[in-house]
Amino acid sequence: MNEKNNSLLVYTLIYFGFLYIPVLFLPIFSFNDANYMSFPLAGFTTDHYEEMWSKRNLHKALWASVKVGVVASVVSTAIALLAAKAFVRYKFRGQNVSYGAIMMPFLIPEIILAVSILIIWINLGFPLGLVPVTIGHILFCTPFAMLILIARIEGFDFSLEEASRDLGENAWGTFYRVSLPLYLPGIIAALLLSFIISFDEFILAFFLSGSDATLPMYMWNQMRFVKKLPHVLALGAVIIVFTTFIVLLAFWLRNVGQGKEKKDIAIKL
Amino acid sequence: MNENFIQINGISKHFGNVKAVDDVSFSIKEGEFFSLLGPSGCGKTTLLRLLAGFEYPTNGNLLIDGSDITALPPDKRPTNMVFQNYAIFPHINVEQNIKFGLRKLGLTDDDIKKRVDDVLALVKLEGYEERFSGQLSGGQRQRVALARALVRQPKVLLLDEPLGALDKKLRDEMQLELRTLQKEIGITFVFVTHDQQEAISMSDRVAVMSEGKIQQLSAPNELYKNPENIFVSDFIGETNFLKASTKSKDGDQINVAIEDLGDFKVKNNLNIPENSSDVVCSVRPESMMISRDKSDWDICLEAKINQTSYLGEMTRFYVEVSGINKVITVSSQHFDNQSFDNNTCFISISLEDISLLQKK
Repeated sequence: MNEKNNSLLVYTLIYFGFLYIPVLFLPIFSFNDANYMSFPLAGFTTDHYEEMWSKRNLHKALWASVKVGVVASVVSTAIALLAAKAFVRYKFRGQNVSYGAIMMPFLIPEIILAVSILIIWINLGFPLGLVPVTIGHILFCTPFAMLILIARIEGFDFSLEEASRDLGENAWGTFYRVSLPLYLPGIIAALLLSFIISFDEFILAFFLSGSDATLPMYMWNQMRFVKKLPHVLALGAVIIVFTTFIVLLAFWLRNVGQGKEKKDIAIKL
Repeated sequence: MNENFIQINGISKHFGNVKAVDDVSFSIKEGEFFSLLGPSGCGKTTLLRLLAGFEYPTNGNLLIDGSDITALPPDKRPTNMVFQNYAIFPHINVEQNIKFGLRKLGLTDDDIKKRVDDVLALVKLEGYEERFSGQLSGGQRQRVALARALVRQPKVLLLDEPLGALDKKLRDEMQLELRTLQKEIGITFVFVTHDQQEAISMSDRVAVMSEGKIQQLSAPNELYKNPENIFVSDFIGETNFLKASTKSKDGDQINVAIEDLGDFKVKNNLNIPENSSDVVCSVRPESMMISRDKSDWDICLEAKINQTSYLGEMTRFYVEVSGINKVITVSSQHFDNQSFDNNTCFISISLEDISLLQKK
């Protein structure tokens, strides 16, 4: 029995090593006093971080990503909330078709989604920029947000909403006083994860952003110049820490206030 | 006292092809403890939800205290409901749960406080104000659900199998308590249950439902003693059915031939026609007598005991009447499973205890 557990432990360690060691190189080299990513390390420095702070284009790109991320996450979470509620609560004609339609951007290659939006957008005569990127991100984030919210709402006892109606609240009062507080952890988790997905997204931004670079676009542009590599590493390290924090927060929130049984389901999803 | 406090007029509710409630009409009196009783899927819960406003009828209309509520949403109706799973809001405490429905009533803070204190005393939950639903037992949750509904002082309280989740001892206690409470506050209760014992012991009147229709609506003792059809006779308590056919009428009585037993004259409350072969005689197990020796009752049959089950307060005998291949259930408080050593006994029936029923 013990032996079996040990071999599983070794497997687990190898698995996580494979997953995370490459990512760890990023912060390590971001503090390395050299322009190249190679061993041996040349010494400790924070120059790359200082350089990162001084880049005006980086600030612009960061601001663009934040704007896109906030709008995309709020809109896609709102759409996802209504859809998730409908899918869990009601049985209706075309349910599977609409579910599939919303999940589609999750399944088709992103590049196809990007090219399709690009063609339509250009044919409509609109300029490229952050607006089409945001629209693309809304399409792309909605299925993620919906999966999170469905997991949350599936455990919801709908007689609570009936009880609220019975106790004199109308539909809005019920949503505000009963449904919203109970969905809230799920809603915040959906917002955070949508934001992160939008913040990290590259392909849609590459095709649709025109001259308004988002942060991943900015990084990609900088990568072409060897001298600029180190501060991109620093930026990458910051983003990893930030993203990890948000994702952990989102997962914790998703399960908050739910019993153990529900937690297991949430993890499976 | 308003005899037609709740009027249910020709109410039907169809879900697709299923007629959950099928053209039902009756009235409930003001201040009455009224039960809707039936097996699952009989339409009793749908009827309750129609009264609460969670469903709207396909046909018919509903009146409470003279005003038509058919089209009103739940929040505009003078009803409140105790849910089967209690539906206590988990994100707020007991006190906030109870106050939940008072917000829109336009009460002063003093009034709210008085109402909450009164209702907490009524359901014996003083000191539990700060608790959350997860920190309460099933019985306490049920009291919170009751308090939350009663604090709004509804004209009608709807209860959807509220005792189903409790263990037997607590359920018996709550039955008594609910009954006392209802008499004390005088609010009309409409109580849904599938438990016939519960319905019979608590209610002023019971409507027995099956397949979306009312099978019988009467006081509990009438339901038991004078069932109007085979379904009610079978559903309420236990009974034995004996095949029979009617012959000639004789005033209030009618001559029947009971299969294998012979011809008898029995009461004919339901006015069953002469010369009908679609009838059965129903005899309750406890109305029969089991004995070691022959008796002088109207019918006395020699029988063999197949099986017994000892229930404490009584013993149930499953006996096979000699010469007939039919097992009859008889219960007795006098004899138990040790009383008959050779397994032979006599079963006596009084003709008064035979109910004549028509097959559908």
